[in-house]
Amino acid sequence: MTSAEADAPAVLRTEAITKVYRTGAVAVQALRGVSLALAEGDLVVLLGASGSGKSTLLNILGGLDRPTEGQVWFREQNLTTLSDSELTLYRRAHVGFVFQFYNLVPSLTARENVALVTEIATAPMRPEEALDRVGLGARLNHFPAELSGGEQQRVAIARAIAKRPGLLLCDEPTGALDSATGITVLEALVEVNRDLGAATVLITHNAAIQAIADRVITMADGRIAGDSRNAVPLRPAQVSW
Amino acid sequence: MRALDRKLLRDLRRIWAQSLAIALVLACGIMVLVMADGTLRSLSETRAAYYDRHRFADVFAGVTRAPRSLLDQVAAIDGVAQAEARIVLPAVLDLDGMAEPATARVLSLPASGTPALNLPLLRAGRMPDPLREAEVLVNEPFAEKNALHPGDRFRITLKGQRRDLVVAGVILSPEFIYTIGPGTIMPDDRHFGLIWMNEAPLAAAADLDGAFNDLTLGLARGASEAAVIAALDRLLAPYGGTGAQGRDRQVSHVFLNSEFQQLTTISVTIPPVFLIVSAFLVNMVLGRLIALERSQIGLLKALGYGTGQIAGHYLKMSVGIGIGGVAMGLAAGWRAGQWMTGLYAEYFRFPWLIYDPGPRALTLSAALGMAAVVLGALRAVWSSARLAPAVAMSPPAPPTFHRGWVDGVGRLLALRQSSMMILRSVTRWPGRAAVTFFGVAASVAVLVGCFFMFDAMDLMMDELFVQANRQDVTLILADARNDIAVTDAQGLPGVRLAEGGFALPVRLSFGATSRLTTLQARADGAELTRLLDPEGHAIALPGDGLVLPERLAGRLGVQPGDRVQVELLVPPRETWQVEVTGLIRQSLGEEVHMARAAVFRRMRQPPQVNMIHLSVDPAALPALNARVKATPAIAGLTSWTDVEAEVEASTDRSMKSVTLIFSALGVLIALGVVYNAARIQLAERAHELASLRVLGFSRAEVGFVLVGEMMLLALLAIPAGWGLGYGFAALVHQGFSTDVVSLPFQITRRTYGLAALMVGVAALVAALWVRRGLDRVDLVQALKQRE
Repeated sequence: MTSAEADAPAVLRTEAITKVYRTGAVAVQALRGVSLALAEGDLVVLLGASGSGKSTLLNILGGLDRPTEGQVWFREQNLTTLSDSELTLYRRAHVGFVFQFYNLVPSLTARENVALVTEIATAPMRPEEALDRVGLGARLNHFPAELSGGEQQRVAIARAIAKRPGLLLCDEPTGALDSATGITVLEALVEVNRDLGAATVLITHNAAIQAIADRVITMADGRIAGDSRNAVPLRPAQVSW
Repeated sequence: MRALDRKLLRDLRRIWAQSLAIALVLACGIMVLVMADGTLRSLSETRAAYYDRHRFADVFAGVTRAPRSLLDQVAAIDGVAQAEARIVLPAVLDLDGMAEPATARVLSLPASGTPALNLPLLRAGRMPDPLREAEVLVNEPFAEKNALHPGDRFRITLKGQRRDLVVAGVILSPEFIYTIGPGTIMPDDRHFGLIWMNEAPLAAAADLDGAFNDLTLGLARGASEAAVIAALDRLLAPYGGTGAQGRDRQVSHVFLNSEFQQLTTISVTIPPVFLIVSAFLVNMVLGRLIALERSQIGLLKALGYGTGQIAGHYLKMSVGIGIGGVAMGLAAGWRAGQWMTGLYAEYFRFPWLIYDPGPRALTLSAALGMAAVVLGALRAVWSSARLAPAVAMSPPAPPTFHRGWVDGVGRLLALRQSSMMILRSVTRWPGRAAVTFFGVAASVAVLVGCFFMFDAMDLMMDELFVQANRQDVTLILADARNDIAVTDAQGLPGVRLAEGGFALPVRLSFGATSRLTTLQARADGAELTRLLDPEGHAIALPGDGLVLPERLAGRLGVQPGDRVQVELLVPPRETWQVEVTGLIRQSLGEEVHMARAAVFRRMRQPPQVNMIHLSVDPAALPALNARVKATPAIAGLTSWTDVEAEVEASTDRSMKSVTLIFSALGVLIALGVVYNAARIQLAERAHELASLRVLGFSRAEVGFVLVGEMMLLALLAIPAGWGLGYGFAALVHQGFSTDVVSLPFQITRRTYGLAALMVGVAALVAALWVRRGLDRVDLVQALKQRE
């Protein structure tokens, strides 16, 4: 599956979510009524300037944060009513995260970093298999400090997909990488998106990357400012920045 | 205020909880030092002043009967400044409202009225009128316990004669700061008193007109005590001298010395543990703080601050923590010293006793405390202050990990990755793990050292009152009697079993060393008093030989099989060569033992007794007491039930509370160390731990990584702490074994278990307390920071 069909079931949807951060007397409205639905297998690029609310949205989708108002549904489950420990179980079972700075555990090898997740997930793939998918089958026993930035990010991707998540959330996954390395990371992401069919949301402020997406959502000032589909997404190798 | 100092204050405020934990550990050491050393100084200076003002004698000697005319010759001994003869007799008391007999030591007052040595300090009433035979002085503790006031009357039996006495005055004497009756081991001021009586009636009662049986000497400055004692012994020998002795064998003085030795032990063993641990803690906390401030240090250097200024800035921080700890320690030590001095005032009767630690304890402890934190900080400060600015400003290289034995362990035990994180963290920062490890081990060691005292006391109580002394009552006879006295005693009310014994003063010599002690001639097959071998099993007296307590044997350098010289200090005043046939465990006293038959065979006399041990039906005690009071041949009585109760009450009051305080301090080490270590872990790994939460780990699972590492180190440290504790207990054992008490050395499983449990729980509480910080970590924020 390379793109979502129009009638593909929504794996995740939000209804008019808002988010207000309060620090003392100052209230910052990060989201102002965002409603969207993500279809299974969709590769969505979330574009927007800094402060547009895209990270806030991602955190709420991933169960790291709660909206101030509105509802979030993962399949039949209303995330806004979940307790802290239920949200932990939601992340454990369904969500894979990839961050700009990899967030690997420095004291664990590549395989162990993936095993960290497979040990607590219900039907995971083997860590070796996950690392094979991102082309790191030969670097299993290396510690993060012994890997390049791109390799570390691919370990993070392997860790995120090893649980076979329904939702893969990537926050600036190429932000800390040079363009050549960034492209290999994007290729790994696109590949696992195709193979596993996880709805994938990729935050970036790099407009060039939108060309690889099935769907591009642009955010500005806490709202969805644009939502379009690419008729023929490009392969990462065809993109440059 | 300079900007850098402002930063210092804010930094201290930011790490207040960790600073407080260090300061508290430091304060414990300071407190113990100020308390023990200050109490020691207060007691020893008070004693010195008291001795000086009240002319406490330097040499003491007993004699059977010596003519007064001998006093001139005694005074003529080179080095003797003052010689005073007196009469000292035991007596049985009959006090209104007390069923059981009490005993007393009666001492003569010179005809002039006031002694020249051992001046009494009048606390109530007046000195007795030399013309009124019935007027006496009594010691204050005895008067207090029996509600005796000037003008009150009581009866005594003195040399078989009953007398009515009236209290003229109540006094304290430097000779009896610690009062202990013959045959007992604890002060019992209700049942043992001191009575000072005019010389004439006492001499008449004792048939010692123109003679004396006790001598006290004051020495000239620079005189040789040993030479005076030797000359005095030669002079007194023909008159039944039982061996002169210096202050070092005077009962009250020896007990005080023994207490001083114990206080010294406390002040040299416990504070170093706390000071060292706080030095390590400062190193750990400051090291991490400086690591975090690396870029700021680089910036300061770039701005033109010198290495010295920056090093000084961070040293000031440790000094700040040190000042806090020292101040708390001094304040707490002062309070604890007052409390402890109050405890001592219960047993040691000084006319005044004020806690005054003096400048030494305060300055020494403050200096040691500051030294501990500054030394602890030096390495951390130095390593970062000398970084080049450009290097300092760039972030430190991420920690590198390598494959090694840990992987093997992980595979072998099929460990989960969270457990691997723990193992790798421990092996990656071994220095930090070592601080936690040794801190927890030190904590266990302090507890083992403290609880060992309970083991020793339990064992000693069992030895004293269950294994060795099984009699209920010991009667001390006014004069030696033949065995018929034992048969007579068997007929006293309620007596189930009576066994005779004979005690005589001897000088024991081996090579160049000698010791005055008591030889106990024991009946064969004695059931009521038994000897215990070093393992605590009852043994029979082996043949004709001599049996010595282990400690005395060690002091003399004697081993079984050696022949020692036994010089009898009572008639027939012979000197024997006797083979040492065994060593025994004996916690209190230094008496040596021989079979009664063997002693009297050597003396070529029929066997005699001068003490009788009784097993008594408790119901018949009142009748027995009444008979003892009415029997002139009995000069004294020891109720072992009372002694046991007194020992128990006293250990409850003093030893247990002191021990509990020290064990609380021991637990504080574990709390301080684990708290600091966990705080550092949390701060450094917040990012990593937050990542785990994001990956779907529950709070408990993430907490396991933090708490698990602390508990792993704690569990590993506990056996090491047991080992250290064994050594610590051995030190305490040595320090607490004095001339008076020889503590048994045994550490029970209960002690090891309790120490491990308390420290384990303390470590867990500290780690869990810090773990709560995980709940406050903002996942979103933590992920935004770059490692």
